[in-house]
Amino acid sequence: MHFLSFKSSTRRTTMTQTTVEASKNPQPSRLDPSFKNEVLREHDAETLKICFQCGTCTSSCPTARFSNSYRPRTVLRMAQLGLRQKVLSSPTLWLCTACFTCTDRCPQGVEVASVLRVLRNLAVKSGEVPLIYRELASNINETGYAYKIPEIRHKKREETGFPPLPKPKTAEIAKLIELTHGSKLLKR
Amino acid sequence: MKNRLAQLKYAFFLGCTIPYREASYEISARRVFNKLGVELVEMPDANCCGLPVDPANHEMMLALSARNLCLAERQNLNIITLCTGCATTMRKTNLMLKTDKKMKDEINRILNQIGMEFRGAIEVKHLVQALKEDVGFEKIKNAVQRPLTSLKVAEHGGCHLLRPVKYMGWDDPEEPQTLKNLIELTGAKCLDYLDEAECCGYTIIAIDDRVALQLTREKLKHVKDAGAEALITVCPSCHLMFDVNQSRIERAFSENYNLPVLHYTQLLGLAMGMSPDELAIKELRVDPSRLLQALP
Repeated sequence: MHFLSFKSSTRRTTMTQTTVEASKNPQPSRLDPSFKNEVLREHDAETLKICFQCGTCTSSCPTARFSNSYRPRTVLRMAQLGLRQKVLSSPTLWLCTACFTCTDRCPQGVEVASVLRVLRNLAVKSGEVPLIYRELASNINETGYAYKIPEIRHKKREETGFPPLPKPKTAEIAKLIELTHGSKLLKR
Repeated sequence: MKNRLAQLKYAFFLGCTIPYREASYEISARRVFNKLGVELVEMPDANCCGLPVDPANHEMMLALSARNLCLAERQNLNIITLCTGCATTMRKTNLMLKTDKKMKDEINRILNQIGMEFRGAIEVKHLVQALKEDVGFEKIKNAVQRPLTSLKVAEHGGCHLLRPVKYMGWDDPEEPQTLKNLIELTGAKCLDYLDEAECCGYTIIAIDDRVALQLTREKLKHVKDAGAEALITVCPSCHLMFDVNQSRIERAFSENYNLPVLHYTQLLGLAMGMSPDELAIKELRVDPSRLLQALP
């Protein structure tokens, strides 16, 4: 197997390995009719209701070509039907690359990528957060940057004669994070 | 009124990935802009554009993004950025806040707490869009002193250069032309290849590296099959996937690509007569020296 040779130090999703494929699960799923409305309320996600399941999104999706389980059309249908638990706890929800090809090609004008983003945002609210997002948010909170810039980079800039890197006011940034309920994302 | 924002002077938004791991992009861009007479004004208080946390918290992205827009508004300058992710994020935020009063009021309520207010007075452009619309092909053509006529390359613009159309919309993402035109101005030939507009996979590498690297691998394969001697990118994240991760892909799949990946600004700089050292070409992971030796 090729993949045994991947050093998967960065693969640290905290969620259980459930799958979005309804057919693989013999247990009937509980429907929550109010779930759809929670999604529709969010900006750009109101278009979920006009999805007619043609599958242009899945056939355009780069991830779907290499993942056995990620199918945007299926996720949208499950959201329409109110399969809250299944949608929000699915690790495959996080496989959207946000390339927006699905959105641009949807013949119905469904903002597919935005609906999927809203679903991930709701997953976070329900406590499902892949570790990488805690890391990124915490870095931004502490430094203003998504990644911790190594000291050597600052030195190299000086040597090149370039202006120093921006040094954002972190107190302001922390305030913005707090006001947008981002504190829940931070590493504890 | 429009002319009050001088066309060839921008607030320069660097983002996170470039200072973190792709300094060669910034170095080459600054030198090329300098020679083209484009003035870059620093944004010493800028923060992350917000894109990395959008999947987890959209509102946080909007607030972070809007803070940068406010900083540029204070400078009374349009923003230019080298990263397609930063470009799509801040462009989208800018347009949404300009057109959706309710959203603008909500974000301003938050920004007011740190003494800022979004007014909607500036624009955000990626390098490629700025080269096309503001600098102009004519000026670039005139700056080329050493046409790279023997060189055959391919381009990877990256999804966020042109998607989502609703907020980008300055070129067709299915049949993009601008980057190809810019490449051909250097004298190099830009080849077509299969699935040119496909994603590099960067945004999900921390979630599932198998899927991400297979996306990159497939593109490398198609570029190689087309006969390109190098791949040209305009985004630090795409560049990381194709250049930095190329050896990782070669090891994982027991394949050999040896495909140099240059930032567009390096290609243009070479054609403008600059030396590889000035353009930080030795910082590239895949050694392009054979390619450079063959240049006119």
